[in-house]
This record gives sequence, C-alpha cells and structure tokens, in this order.
Amino acid sequence: MSILDKHGIIERSPTLLFIFSLVVVSIGGIVEIAPLFYLQNTIEKVEGMRPYTPLELAGRNVYIREGCYLCHSQMIRPFRDEVERYGHYSLAAESMYDHPFQWGSKRTGPDLARVGGRYSDEWHVRHLNQPRDVVPESIMPTYAFLKTTPVEIKTIKSHLEANRTVGVPYTDDMIANAVRDLKAQVDPESDDADGLIERYGEKVSVRSFDGENKVISEMDALIAYLQMLGTLVDLNAYQANPNLR
Amino acid sequence: MKFLTETLVLGVGALLALLGAAFAKDDLFEAHAWVLFFVLLGSTILLMRKVEVVASNAPPPDTSGYMDGVVRYGVIATLFWGIVGFLVGVIIATQLAFPDANIEPWFNFGRMRPLHTSAVIFAFGGNALIATSFFVVQRTSRARLFGGDLAWFVFWGYQLFIILAATGYLLGSTQSREYAEPEWYVDIWLTIVWVAYLVVFMGTIVRRKEPHIYVANWFYLSFIITVAMLHIVNNLAVPASFLGSKSFSLFSGVQDALTQWWYGHNAVGFFLTAGFLGMMYYFVPKQIQRPVYSYRLSIVHFWSLIFLYIWAGPHHLHYTALPDWAQTLGMVFSVMLWMPSWGGMINGLMTLSGAWDKLRTDPIIRMMMISIAFYGMSTFEGPLMAIKSVNSLSHYTDWTIGHVHSGALGWNGMITFAAIYYLVPVLWKRERLYSLRLVNWHLWLATLGIVVYASVMWVSGITQGLMWREYDSQGYLVYSFAETVAALHPYYVLRTLGGLLYLSGALIMIYNIYKTIRGDIREEAPMGAPAQAVPAE
Amino acid sequence: MDYNTLRHMADSWGLLYLFLVFIGVVLFAFRPGSKKVYEDVANIPLKEDELDG
Repeated sequence: MSILDKHGIIERSPTLLFIFSLVVVSIGGIVEIAPLFYLQNTIEKVEGMRPYTPLELAGRNVYIREGCYLCHSQMIRPFRDEVERYGHYSLAAESMYDHPFQWGSKRTGPDLARVGGRYSDEWHVRHLNQPRDVVPESIMPTYAFLKTTPVEIKTIKSHLEANRTVGVPYTDDMIANAVRDLKAQVDPESDDADGLIERYGEKVSVRSFDGENKVISEMDALIAYLQMLGTLVDLNAYQANPNLR
Repeated sequence: MKFLTETLVLGVGALLALLGAAFAKDDLFEAHAWVLFFVLLGSTILLMRKVEVVASNAPPPDTSGYMDGVVRYGVIATLFWGIVGFLVGVIIATQLAFPDANIEPWFNFGRMRPLHTSAVIFAFGGNALIATSFFVVQRTSRARLFGGDLAWFVFWGYQLFIILAATGYLLGSTQSREYAEPEWYVDIWLTIVWVAYLVVFMGTIVRRKEPHIYVANWFYLSFIITVAMLHIVNNLAVPASFLGSKSFSLFSGVQDALTQWWYGHNAVGFFLTAGFLGMMYYFVPKQIQRPVYSYRLSIVHFWSLIFLYIWAGPHHLHYTALPDWAQTLGMVFSVMLWMPSWGGMINGLMTLSGAWDKLRTDPIIRMMMISIAFYGMSTFEGPLMAIKSVNSLSHYTDWTIGHVHSGALGWNGMITFAAIYYLVPVLWKRERLYSLRLVNWHLWLATLGIVVYASVMWVSGITQGLMWREYDSQGYLVYSFAETVAALHPYYVLRTLGGLLYLSGALIMIYNIYKTIRGDIREEAPMGAPAQAVPAE
Repeated sequence: MDYNTLRHMADSWGLLYLFLVFIGVVLFAFRPGSKKVYEDVANIPLKEDELDG
C-alpha cells in the first residue's frame, strides 16, 4: 500500500500539487511548439520575401488597430474552392516576418492573403470610405476617418528597430532612412524614391495610394499594405514538396 | 492611520500616469495614460475621504472569521461586468445585421468585438472565478484568506486591468492576439495581479485546517497556474518604446500562430473549463446537500483533463501553413478530450442521483443541471469540430461562434448565475433569495436565448460553408463572397434576438439580487406548486 | 533529431508510456482502501460553514 498512498501526499501537499500540475500542463505545449523552431521543413524556402516598407508597416499597424483580422483571414487553405476564389494556398514563409501573425480565425469578410493588386487604389478608397458604395451586400463598418488622419511618422523608426530585435532583417540603412522611405513611397517624384526601391526592391509600389497629396494619411498606409499582400513570393518558382509538411 | 499608505501609493501612481501622458511617444499611449490618470486620481480622492489621520478608538476590524467582504464585492463586479459584456454582445450582433450601427472610429465592430469577448470572459468570468475561488478555498480549507488586504489588491487590481483593457480596445490599443489583446504594459500589470492572486490562494491552502485539499481547489489552482504560464508565454513581445503603446510579438508567422492558439484554446480549457469546474465541484454538492457522485472519478477527471487540454490548440489551425504533424496531434488529443469532459459531466449530473425530485422544487439546481448539460453538449461538439474533415467546413464560419456561445452562455454563464444565487443569501446573511420564481424566469429566458443563438449560428455557419464551396455543372463557383454575406442577414437578425433574450434574463437576475440584498422577500407560491394557490372548495 | 525520429518515438514508447501513466492514475484513484478517505474528503463542502476562530 505504500506506493499507492503516494497520491495521498499530493492531496495533502499544496507544493507538490502545484509542481505536478505545472509539469503536466507544460508537456503538451513543449512537445508541440518547440519543434516548430528547429525542424527545418516548418518554413518553406521561397524567393521574394522582404521586410515591410515603413509605409506598409504603418498600414499594417492600422490593420491591427482596427481589428481587421477579426473578420478577414490571411490564410488560404489548400482546397479547390479557396484556391480558385483567393489564389495559391498560403505558405508558412509568407508570414515569416509577421510579428504578430494575421492569419485570422473568422471570415465574416473574404480572405485577404492575396488581395494585393486585385482591386485599384480608387476602389479601396471608395470601399474604405463606404463599403456599400462598391459592394451593396457588405456589412463592413466605414473607415472614412482614415483619409483625414495623418499616419504616425515619429514612431516608425522605433517600430523598425523593435522588429529587428525580434528577427526581421531590417538593415542599418533601412532603419536610418525609415522616415524618408515612408514619405518617399507616396511621392514618386521625390529623389528619395530611388533609395526606397534600392533598399526594398523593384516590386515596391510607389504612388499616392489615397489619391491626394496634402497629407500622408492612414488610408495611404493601409492601402499600401493591402496592395502588397500576397505579391511578394514568386509562386511560379515555388515547387511544393509533398513530403515537406 | 487607516488607508494612508494605500492613498499615497494611488496618488503616486496617478502622478506617474500623468508623467506617462506628458512624455508619451505616441498618441495612443498618451490617451491611455490619461485614462489611467483619471481612474487613479478618482480612486485617490475616494480613498482620501476614508483616511483617518487621528487614530480612532474603534476596535480593530474582526479578522477571526472568513474574509467575505472581497467576495461580496466580487459578486457585484461579476454582475456588473456580465451586463456590460452581454450588452456589448447584443450591440455587435446588431452591427453585423445592420452595419449602419457602427460608429467610426471608436465603436466600429473591430474595436467592439474584443471589448465584448474580454468583458464576458475576463471581466464577468474572471471576477466570478476570483470571487468564488476566494469563497470556496476558505470554506474547504477552514481558514481565513491568506495575506490580509492582498485579496483586496487582487480585486481592485483586476478591475483596473479590465478598465485599461476595455478603454484600450476602444482607443485602438491591441496586440491583435484573440483573447489576449491588451498591450504589453497592461499585460505586465495583469501578471503582477495574477501573482498576488496565486499567493493569496496558495497561502490559504497552506494554512488550511483540513488535512486534504478538496478537489475544487485543485481545479482552481491549476487554472491559476496555467493561466499564468499561458499569459506570460503568449504575450512575449518587444515594445517599440518604453513610453509607447506598440509592441511586436517575439515570435512570427507559424510559430506565433501556434503559440497564440495554444494560448487561445487553453484560455477555454483552463479559464473557462478548469476554473468553472472548481465552481461545479463545490456549489453543486452544496446546493444539493449531497457529496459529489464519485470523488475518485473527480481525481481521474482532473489529471486527464489538464494533461489532454494543453495539446488541443492546433485544431484552430487545421489546413493552414502549420505542419501537418502538429495539426494531427491537435486533432487526436481534441477527440480524446471528449472522455474526461464527459467524465466530469457525469460526475456533476449524477450528484443529483437519489434527489431528482429537487429538480422540481429548486430552480437553482435546475440551472446547475442545465449548465452541466450545456457543458456536455459543447464538449461533444468541440471534438467533432476538431476533426479535420468537419473543420474544413466549419472553420472560418459562424458554426464556431455558435459553439463558443453554447459553451460560454450555457456552461459558464449558467453555472455562474447558479453560484451567485447560492452565494448572495449566504454572503449577505439573508434567509433566502427574494424570489425563486424569478430565478425560474431567468433560467428559461437564458435557455431559450442560447438555443436560438446556437441553432441559428449553426445553420448560418453550415449555410455559408456550403455556399463557399458550391460548384455548378460547368465547374464554376456558384456564389460570390458578397452573396454568401447577404444570405446570412436573417440569421444575424435572429441571433441578435437570442442575445436579447439572454440579456433580459440577466436583468431579471439583477433585480432579484438587488431585492435580496435589500432584505426583501417576495410572497409567492413555492416552486413545484401551482403559481396561483387554488382555494380549497 | 529530426521529425521522423520524434514521430517514431511518439507512436511507440511515448504512447505506451502515457497509456501506462493513465492506467496508473486510474488504479490509484480506484485503489481499495481509498474509499473511506475519499468519502470524508467529498464531504468537506458539506461541513458547517462558520469558522471557529
């Protein structure tokens, strides 16, 4: 009976109960989460991923602040209907610089993982201003205030730095020019646009996204982010290996 | 010199908040610091009026019995936040049915939904858990709460967390991690409060006079420990600035997603399940006046539940870019989880065996049984939805929303209401509740509300899921996304009605509790007898 | 340590180990002689509610 009485000890010692419970609830998390960091095939090798430009990052902050992820997923599942509706299924690599991830859990609105380039900037401006002007069935709230709210520029450099701390490969050059790059992305005429392209690549869109040039608005930033979504990775070059996942 | 230190600490806190507002790095942090400043300033002023600078001759407060003042406050806070949470729920349900009900920017759906989820889970559920755990641990340990006024710090500290979280959402401060939206500085505050909570709870168990630790306390303890672990790991982030509102999570993409849903699922598993099972294991036997059906089963229930739950998180990420092996693990453990869940349900329901007639006369017991039945239903539906092929249809749709609400409204809500109906006469030393018939009204309004809500969401979810994947004979998708949204409108209107029913039941409860605390007793025919006593002929 | 080794361990020894632990917990709870103890423990909530100093 001596071994069998051991549970009696747990029932009487709060410290043991504490330690046992902690051990028992730790196992599952450790076994599932830890391997994701060192199993090599968790994230595919792809061409084209780059850190967000300062303007896109600012737009992403707006996306998070407004809770867009509560109704829009950014994760296309490998089903025929989803691939036809939204495009190639999402790869893990495509969110490797997302701190935090924006996969979402509910589609009250459509998936946005590959919304970049699907609609014109003017469409986005009208849609954000009053969704029912362009999609009568829509139940999305209006976001007209974004066009009149200037994007927060003073903090952008610190955002790039914090992202570098958690592993996004922003270079010293990118951080030093954060503010200049942010302003240059809405102003193709400026001399700084070349620097932006040089740092972030040929595919970066440089234009006034909300259609007016007086202020760099949160709408500029948000549309810059949306128009980039899903456009980075060269999916033609990507060869799915069925054994990888 | 009562309250002098506390007042000074609050005053200094208010000053720091003012400095935070002055030197804030971004507008959001500044706004939030102002909120904190006014809350702390108000508290300081309120407390200052209670400070006794001259030592009074009044005898020191009695500290020999149970410490129930903080539990009484907890019960009121639970009710208050419950109404707030249900009301915001009805509002956002209305916004989904009628988008013009959105008021940009502060009251848009995207900012209101975290307010709703946090208000019901953390403000309503959390206050219920803290209050009942303080009540239960004292009774089952036969000891006064450990740490003196630390329990009050836990209570008020937790309310401050709720206020900062709620105002933060409306202002736009969020980490975008579902059910863990508050930003880094609010997270740090919650960690401090939570550690104090653990100290009070553990300390009380340590100084207990009963040789054994009753099983309800195991569930409460595992809830406190695990939530601490989940909260800390899931909120690991690097702030952009010490006086800024923005932080970036330590992990990215796929690792970040699994960490979040490991957290998210176990917020359900340990906050909404283990903690509330602690409630069940005390209040159900107490109200029925019989010990739990099988204490041995409760031990197996405990260890298997806490072990299995923690693995189930990946079922929130089926068919995503999460590796298949993790998805499969999540699915297998979710299905296995069905067994301990039903073990616990049987244990709760069977406690009534031999006293089934009480169902007829005691609406509080009736409420407990319905609550446990909803626990059984949602823990059956959950594993079902965790099977990949089912999940491929249910994921991203309202089916999930319906599932969550049958658990939250049915299980968590009802067991909390029942516990409060038991607690209020005990805590305020009243003979009985103001009215048992009103409890019955509450019960049926709430049940009807849940049934409407859950079934409507189920139909709506499956409808939309099927419309998304419908092909015509030519091999083209039949519906545009917008058409599937339009199809859901009637369901969204009905869903709002379900929520309204549930809210109206809760308002009846508020009235009943208010009258009970006042000491009123309604003259009414006892339950089980006809409502109108028929005079004998 | 790669994925396959982990996987093999999980569905052989790991599975057996966890199963045995579970059997252990069940045996433990239902061991003869625990009945009396557990009856007393189960009655803790039903005892008198006041704290006697």
